[in-house]
Amino acid sequence: MSKIEITLTVNGEQHTDEVEPRLLLVQYLRDVRRLTGSHIGCDTSNCGACTVILDGDAVKSCTVLAVQARGGEVTTVEGLIGPGEPFTPVQQGFHQEHGLQCGYCTPGMIMASTALLTENADPTDSEIRHALEGNLCRCTGYQTIVNSVRWAAEHPDGVVPDRAATNGAHQ
Amino acid sequence: MSLIGARVLRKEDPNLITGRGQFVDDITLAGTVVMTFVRSVEAHARIVAVDTSAAMACRGVLAVWTAADIQGMATLGLPGLGRPLLATDVVRFVGEPVAVVVATDKFIAADAAELVVVDYESLPVAASLTAALADGAPVLHGALPGNTVFEQPFVDDLAAVFAAAPHVASLQLVNNRCAAVPIEPTACLADWGPSGLTLWATFQAPHHLRNTVAAYFGIPQDTMRVITPDVGGGFGAKINFVPELFLSCALSHKVGRPVRYTQTRSECQVLMYHGRAQEHEVHVAFDDDGALLGLRVRVTQDQGAYPDPTGMGLPVLTTAMSAGCYKIPHVAVSWRNVVTNTTPVAAYRGAGRPEASYLIERTVDLVADELGLDPVAVRRRNFIGHDEFPYATHTPLAVYDSGNYAAAMDELLTLFDYDALKADQAARRDDPDAKLLGIGFSTWLEIAAFGPPGSLEAFGHLASWESVQLRVQPDGSAIVYTGASPHGQGTVTTFAQIAAGELGIPFDKISVRHGDTATIPQGIGTMGSRATAVGGEGVRNASVQVVERAKGIAAHLLEADVEDIVLDGDGFIVNGTPSRSVAWSEVAWKSFQPLEIPTGTQPGSLDITVFQQVPNFSFPSGAYCCTVEIDRGTGEIEITGMYLVDDCGTVINPLLAEGQVHGGVAQGIAQALYEHVVYDESGNPQTSTLMDYLVPAACDLPSFVSGRITTRTPNNQLGAKGIGESGSVGSPPAVVNAVVDALSHLGVRHLDMPITPLAVWSVLADASANGGSITGSEVA
Repeated sequence: MSKIEITLTVNGEQHTDEVEPRLLLVQYLRDVRRLTGSHIGCDTSNCGACTVILDGDAVKSCTVLAVQARGGEVTTVEGLIGPGEPFTPVQQGFHQEHGLQCGYCTPGMIMASTALLTENADPTDSEIRHALEGNLCRCTGYQTIVNSVRWAAEHPDGVVPDRAATNGAHQ
Repeated sequence: MSLIGARVLRKEDPNLITGRGQFVDDITLAGTVVMTFVRSVEAHARIVAVDTSAAMACRGVLAVWTAADIQGMATLGLPGLGRPLLATDVVRFVGEPVAVVVATDKFIAADAAELVVVDYESLPVAASLTAALADGAPVLHGALPGNTVFEQPFVDDLAAVFAAAPHVASLQLVNNRCAAVPIEPTACLADWGPSGLTLWATFQAPHHLRNTVAAYFGIPQDTMRVITPDVGGGFGAKINFVPELFLSCALSHKVGRPVRYTQTRSECQVLMYHGRAQEHEVHVAFDDDGALLGLRVRVTQDQGAYPDPTGMGLPVLTTAMSAGCYKIPHVAVSWRNVVTNTTPVAAYRGAGRPEASYLIERTVDLVADELGLDPVAVRRRNFIGHDEFPYATHTPLAVYDSGNYAAAMDELLTLFDYDALKADQAARRDDPDAKLLGIGFSTWLEIAAFGPPGSLEAFGHLASWESVQLRVQPDGSAIVYTGASPHGQGTVTTFAQIAAGELGIPFDKISVRHGDTATIPQGIGTMGSRATAVGGEGVRNASVQVVERAKGIAAHLLEADVEDIVLDGDGFIVNGTPSRSVAWSEVAWKSFQPLEIPTGTQPGSLDITVFQQVPNFSFPSGAYCCTVEIDRGTGEIEITGMYLVDDCGTVINPLLAEGQVHGGVAQGIAQALYEHVVYDESGNPQTSTLMDYLVPAACDLPSFVSGRITTRTPNNQLGAKGIGESGSVGSPPAVVNAVVDALSHLGVRHLDMPITPLAVWSVLADASANGGSITGSEVA
């Protein structure tokens, strides 16, 4: 199959690659860029494990062709923080509130939650549940995920109050 | 300081929230090629011919195998009813692999698989228990006269008990077939080179996989290594020996390169073994007060196309636990295992116990309904007393260890105002504009902590212990190596908590390693709610032994009697003389130096391996209540309250224990209201994508209100019973009891799962057409 040249920015770095027109953005990210944090959990765009932020919006990267992202700016879970930087509020919220178990859906959940809080800094529990309806988790039953997003909303600087800062966090 | 019971945040999280987790499909070795199946589109057919020539001609295709290429390779499962790695002569379910393609990338493999031409000659299909058990049903396996693989008849059908009873009632129940749907589907990567075989797999029991695959190929275990890196959920469905685990190895050997297999979701829905899929016939005898006098249960288990050893055991567990937490003087059970033209059935979270709790909790509600008694009162009337343990049931398999079922009910009733809810329910029934309210209880019991010697051996495991190696490093940090390889449970955190409490070494200086047969001495795995109650107990035990040895070294260094040495903070002191102390780091360092340790002590002695056994199963229990509102116009069901009291014995980490309950309850609600694997009459799967199979999202589930009581198990020193499966055992009957309760004034006695809005709407429409109550034929 003939290939098409695309240039796009991923996690702040510009890349130019030749890709097949049928290549999905998630496959480009995982197989070409070797950013394996975005996961694949379905083939019908239901699970949201591949959610990334494209030009400011949360998108399921399995519903976007790599060529459609040409010229775009993509942020994956790997791009949220640099080495040694503190967790974002959403990452810290998932840690503090046990918003993950196996961790497979987690990158997609974190990216969708990050996009939600950009649009709505103080969502209700119901708004959180509806905003995440495109992301499936099989481990948590979602309540701790809702708690995690609320933690992030209530701690916009991501700083853990002293009382809870006992362990686990790497900053 | 003990960390047992502390709300400690997880050590696992930092990698997983930054995209640094490592799942099987994230791993690439040099030269990796990809394997893809050609899957049957027929549920039952003779394979006339398979033409692979066009696929073989594709550039980048390295191999195409059919049944002809696996001759001499053993089948999986039961002798005589075994499943071949690739369908041989006959296909028995839609999705069964007929051929496998290996190519240099997944796109070429997928394109080539499309070019394989399979010529089928259709056979009559038995895609349901009814069809498989009908007279003249097509027989799936020539080794059998019919489709019943095994039948355990009643020893005594309790005819006399039922004849003499003041009341009898019966229920026909379907326990709907479910799919586990871990968000990570099956994936494996096999690398069989000249020096041996390494298999990366998303699997719950790496050593079990190593033992089985090495034996399958007749290779010595020292040349085979299994690695289960981060595993994206399992729920019981990742302990089954499916063909892809063996074919990836065989094909790596054949093509001389690492071979990767990554399942798509629609493949996973037909290839990953399903769960539940039982039908129950229940008869109950009782007196005027609601005392249960006799219970007769017959279970018919759908095994799918090929009986799996775990699948064969499901009705054993269901019938063992059929009496739940009640004193029933006479219990009779019978079961049969039946093959059908569907995906095989095996363990799914709870594996036989959710079916048991469902049948007994539905039955108790039926008794209450028949007598016009409160379901809480009927439960209390029949509870086994807290002072009656150990409690012998109708089977030696289940001797209940401990519990306090009345106390759990007491605790549950503190979480909401039951009388107010009942008053609200009555008021709503009189107001045609109000939604109907239902209140459902489940005082459930399950069997966990698998298990005592012999229990897992029956399912093909090496043994039933769990291994732990505890190794103190020269700097005084420690590593726990466990065979109980987790997939989301948080074992890395809880085992470090247990070890920290016993050792006195800080939590932050204890690592827990798992999931690699090359570094973990031996192991069994994580399933059957066993990791903490068996593996965690091993961590405690190993820690106690290490401390004893360390005290000997500390006594030598402090020139004191070993009896006088006690742990104090991150080190040891002479009892009563805190100034005479030695730090753990010094004891650890010197434990490796022959000149610093007592004569006769081996260097490196602070390294203990334990094969932890337990004398009995444990029996976690709880009391749940679900409240629902039902829209009279649409039949929509909304869960308005989910109250959860668990008793799992000692809790190591309440944050994680609650997480386990939430996840299990979510899956239980899903079974009750949303999820159902459906086949049409021809055996075509109707639910093979997440468009059709309704895994609930955040907006489909309620918030949970949790309570807890604690009765320790006597089976281990920790007192921990296990928590992994509780939620999925306890919640389905609570939800169904609530929906039936909401509709009971209309004459509804039972509705099968999943209870859809359509099913409820049909009941309401029927009642409205019949002037307020329904006709009996279609309910119960």
